[in-house]
Amino acid sequence: MAKPRVKVPKKVAAGEVFTIKTLISHPMESGQRKDRKTGETIPRKIINKFSATFNGVEVFSAGLEPSISANPYMEFTAKVNEGGTFKFVWLDDDGSEYSIEKKVSIK
Amino acid sequence: MIIDRRQLMKTSLGLAVLTGVPGVMTVKSFASTEPTAADRIKEFTGGSEMLEGKLSLTTPEIAENGNVVPVLVEVDSEMTDGDFVEEIMVVADGNPNPEVVKFRFTPMSGEATAKIRIRLAQTQNVTAIARMNDGSFQVAANQVKVTIGGCGG
Repeated sequence: MAKPRVKVPKKVAAGEVFTIKTLISHPMESGQRKDRKTGETIPRKIINKFSATFNGVEVFSAGLEPSISANPYMEFTAKVNEGGTFKFVWLDDDGSEYSIEKKVSIK
Repeated sequence: MIIDRRQLMKTSLGLAVLTGVPGVMTVKSFASTEPTAADRIKEFTGGSEMLEGKLSLTTPEIAENGNVVPVLVEVDSEMTDGDFVEEIMVVADGNPNPEVVKFRFTPMSGEATAKIRIRLAQTQNVTAIARMNDGSFQVAANQVKVTIGGCGG
């Protein structure tokens, strides 16, 4: 089960650029590996898209390919002028969606 | 003459031994129909000229473990509504699937910077290309030496 974790400051100054760190536990099965016992290729199963929105507006997103390491970790920045909620969403090849929300207020 | 499978195997094995076993001993080659890193770059830029200087790509010189290679991309940009980086693509020319990641930025990103951990199958070149909102492109590339490949077998 994929478990997302993010680090966002709780309070920021308006217009200040701050760093967001995200991590999700996921095998990122590349579709290249073979099962040692059966010799069959293990089917691809990765997180293929990530997005970060603030109050419903997209801030940052990423399209991921099998070349991304297991338990994908990403770091990026954001700036906001008002308080609100960040929503982070990860999409799995199998259609599952994992998400987490974080509130940010202005200093 | 009808050659049955057993005979064919014997003959081809004999030939293989005579010719130094070509094919059998070559390093695992990836399907040639897959788009290459160069194809991906062309697709991304539409063949436009790529400039250097504004985009920086930080990778380790030597990656002991190809399963987890940290990559940092940064573009020197004000990230205002009128002047910002739209997208950065990262490709690795020695991976079975050379496309690695595409980051999409907005003026709300504040800075055009992103860090991620990637897999590298072997020693190869990692290239980042950034597309600005005015349609211009920036490029940066690094070679990463990989001690243990990261694609499993």
